[in-house]
Amino acid sequence: MSAFSAIGNDREVDQNEFTPGIEPQPTWCPGCGDFGVLKALKGAMAELGKDPEEVLLCTGIGCSGKLNSYFDSYGFHTIHGRSLPVARAAKLANSDLEVVAAGGDGDGYGIGGNHFMHTARENHDMTYIVFNNEVFGLTKGQTSPTSPQGHKSKTQPEGNAKAPIRPLSLGLTSGASYVARTAAVNPNQAKEILVEAMEHDGFSHVDFLTQCPTWNKDAKQYVPYVDIQDSDDYDFDVSDRREAQEMMHETEDALYEGTVLTGRYYVEEGRRSYQQEKRHRGSMPEQPLAERYFDDDAEWERSFDYIDRHK
Amino acid sequence: MTNDELIWRIAGGSGDGIDSTSQNFAKALMRSGLNVFTHRHYPSRIRGGHTYVEIRASDENVRSRGDGYNFLLSLGDSFARNPKEGAYYGEEEIKPLSENLDELREGGVIVYDSGLLDTDDIENFDERVEENNWHVYDLDLRGLAKEHGREIMRNTAGVGATAAIIGFDLDYIEELMADAMSGDILDANIDVLRDAYESVQEDYDVDAHDVSVPDGSHEEEQVLVSGSHGIAYGALDEGCRFISGYPMTPWTDVFTILTQLMPDVGGISEQVEDEIAAAALAVGASHAGVKAMSGSSGGGFALMSEPLGLAEMTETPLVLVESMRAGPSTGMPTKPEQADLEHVLYTSQGDSHRVVFAPSDPIECYEQTRKAFQVAWEYQIPVMVIYDQKLSGEYRNVPASFFDQEANPSLGSTLTEDEIAEAAHDEFGKFERFRHDPENGVSPRSIPGQKGGHFLATGNEHTPEGHISEDPDNRVNQMDRRLRKMRTIRADLDEDERQDTYGDADADFGLVSWGSQTGTVEEAVDRLNDSGYSVKALSVSEMAPFPERKVREFLDSVDEALVVEMSTTAQFRGHIQKETGDYGDLLSSLLKYNGNPFEPAEIVEAAEIEIEDRLDEPSSQTRLEPAAGD
Ligand SMILES: Cc1ncc(C[n+]2csc(CCOP(=O)(O)OP(=O)(O)O)c2C)c(N)n1
Ligand code: SF4
Repeated sequence: MSAFSAIGNDREVDQNEFTPGIEPQPTWCPGCGDFGVLKALKGAMAELGKDPEEVLLCTGIGCSGKLNSYFDSYGFHTIHGRSLPVARAAKLANSDLEVVAAGGDGDGYGIGGNHFMHTARENHDMTYIVFNNEVFGLTKGQTSPTSPQGHKSKTQPEGNAKAPIRPLSLGLTSGASYVARTAAVNPNQAKEILVEAMEHDGFSHVDFLTQCPTWNKDAKQYVPYVDIQDSDDYDFDVSDRREAQEMMHETEDALYEGTVLTGRYYVEEGRRSYQQEKRHRGSMPEQPLAERYFDDDAEWERSFDYIDRHK
Repeated sequence: MTNDELIWRIAGGSGDGIDSTSQNFAKALMRSGLNVFTHRHYPSRIRGGHTYVEIRASDENVRSRGDGYNFLLSLGDSFARNPKEGAYYGEEEIKPLSENLDELREGGVIVYDSGLLDTDDIENFDERVEENNWHVYDLDLRGLAKEHGREIMRNTAGVGATAAIIGFDLDYIEELMADAMSGDILDANIDVLRDAYESVQEDYDVDAHDVSVPDGSHEEEQVLVSGSHGIAYGALDEGCRFISGYPMTPWTDVFTILTQLMPDVGGISEQVEDEIAAAALAVGASHAGVKAMSGSSGGGFALMSEPLGLAEMTETPLVLVESMRAGPSTGMPTKPEQADLEHVLYTSQGDSHRVVFAPSDPIECYEQTRKAFQVAWEYQIPVMVIYDQKLSGEYRNVPASFFDQEANPSLGSTLTEDEIAEAAHDEFGKFERFRHDPENGVSPRSIPGQKGGHFLATGNEHTPEGHISEDPDNRVNQMDRRLRKMRTIRADLDEDERQDTYGDADADFGLVSWGSQTGTVEEAVDRLNDSGYSVKALSVSEMAPFPERKVREFLDSVDEALVVEMSTTAQFRGHIQKETGDYGDLLSSLLKYNGNPFEPAEIVEAAEIEIEDRLDEPSSQTRLEPAAGD
């Protein structure tokens, strides 16, 4: 028997398997976009046939960070801004796990911005979902890195003097090999995108628009949305970095003018994920590292005697 | 001054190859049967700036640098020279000679490179030579090296001259050179070595002084390792296969040693964006089932405070290394201090607990790092290994057989899938990852990917199943259980009895130290006892959970104790008092924080002042601080 027999199960998985039977109902506010992420994620996992026990969902801190309280798999609710370094190490330690990280825009683009940039650049084979609700939710509505310029909150009473982060462009420039935006108000597209993101071999960045009816008064902030792949108005090549970049700029400008564009922006095939790159360079073993500790026949010897050099 | 020991100091500019030359020479001395100990002094700069390495060699056990030294090989700071021949940057170039004279013992030997240095530039040089009965060899080492093609070989010339002066067999050095290089470069170096050797023998009477190489022999094969090697090899042999870090002196040593070894043992090393990430990666890798380690020095460790707390709350095993240097802030990057003790003990929010080991030499570095992994994985708690810049870079010989080189695959209290199936699950069938009731505080864990064991690890307070909870009963149960682990760990560590006392068992004056100062303190104890005093010493190498019983036993057996530490605020003494709630009027302090570690004579002097109840101030740059009750 393998040490990790939940991994690689080829069985039909029902999305309800990801619903913890006995847990309290989500404490998110009624109408919160976070419900949409939860639903899309469960659906995507089931579609991919993932056993809940081969999935590690790492989250940060915020309303969004509670995602894995309502999603039954192995989970790690980390600290504010730090889901990515925890998640990517888990993937390095056991490359067979399905690793997903998630958190808010404050968590991911603010306090964890540095980790975001570097995880994307390294192209770790994992999926990162950023709940973009343009505010800090859990700490009661302060201005976040994605809040529009002029946004008023208790910490920016005269209106936000800062221009918002441009998440898609940032993901692309940092080196993510899959960049998409979807919205909680569009559950079908959201599920499709998450399936693609998880199947993609490399770092998938999904900027997930989630409405926050409590702090962002216009609860319908992301409606109506346009699916760029479904519309004849937006024709560009998702594998072309420059075209993708241009489309992202258009999308990011448009959002603050009330036009919500969603879809796949950049899909880079053929680039090695970080794990593949490390293996290619001989700095990561083929066999998932974690398996070795349970494998009685594991080779622990080394090809040299480290003490020799000190004699 | 005796000639049963050689303390050889090689001085030059940072980047002049002083380090590698001294390591080879130390190895040669070790191979000849001597015990060796090295001490390294270097500035926080890459090229140029006065640097030296001292090698103390004796047939006796050597555990400190000793006081002063008896042989100076002064090469001159070549980086102080302007590329334009003849242009100099002030005093820099002569520092390797001028800066070192104060500590050279009477009757000592000076070899200086007259191709680079001019003694006319040094005030009162000739008078001082006469006064101190120094024996001076002015050798054009640079010229000699140039003759054979490469100026950089003046180090080799200096070693050749040294061998001639102290009567050391060149074979040991030539063998090492042959291991390290080959072809023309090897030939040229051997020529330089022999030329220098012969020219000294021809031109000087090397018996005019009594500085010579002692005889020695080892019963078994020895290796030369530093504290950083001890830590790295301890981690490796305990099965650590994941290291993540961000460079910071002196932690970088451990990081680079392990990084070089990891590919060969099928492990992974990650240099990441900052120290928060470094520690968080180690947490992630450990959570996923790999023995992982991270570490840093003071400033970087400050950033690790959050992941450290996360590891504790989620009960993720973790080993963190903290290699202290002088602070606050960036402080003095290449100078040792022991002033991060409180930082390491208390950082992180809430009532947080960690285990803290404080090794005192390369052997303990190895043993305690192994123990750190065992404790972390058995008790699911962060374990820190704290040491300092001094221990990080000082080398000594250790029997080669000491390192077992067998990786330990045990993950402690981690379950296999079969064990998970047998383990406690709640009424809904969920694995109780954080069970309340285990007596030793340890709730066995599962790993992502294992069938039947899934759970949520969260830094929020949580129920046995891992659900976030603010229920008061659950909170008390979980806090009590996590605290209970510390008691169990203390009992576990007590079985090893590692806090030994040193010196006269009946003495009523005690010296107490921790970490890298231990060897020096013990040498001071020997000297004090040799000159008629009766003293003993205790070295404490576990800071948390504190070995209270053992420390009490020692302090109860003396009338007075002097706590020796490299700190301005007597942090270690404070720690003893906090942990025991006692001894305010028994403990006085000897403090040093000028960037240099203690020398035995400084401790001897302070102990004499204390024992004789004198009111003198120490003559060196140290501070005596009376007991609170005085
Ligand atoms: C180091 C640290 N700083 C601050 C906080 C407080 N905090 C909790 S959640 C949060 C912001 C959450 O906003 P966002 O990431 O956008 O997520 P949302 O709640 O909107 O889903 C902050 C500042 C914290 N927990 N840790
Ligand atoms: S505060 Fe906003 S983001 Fe948080 S749960 Fe409520 S609606 Fe959702």
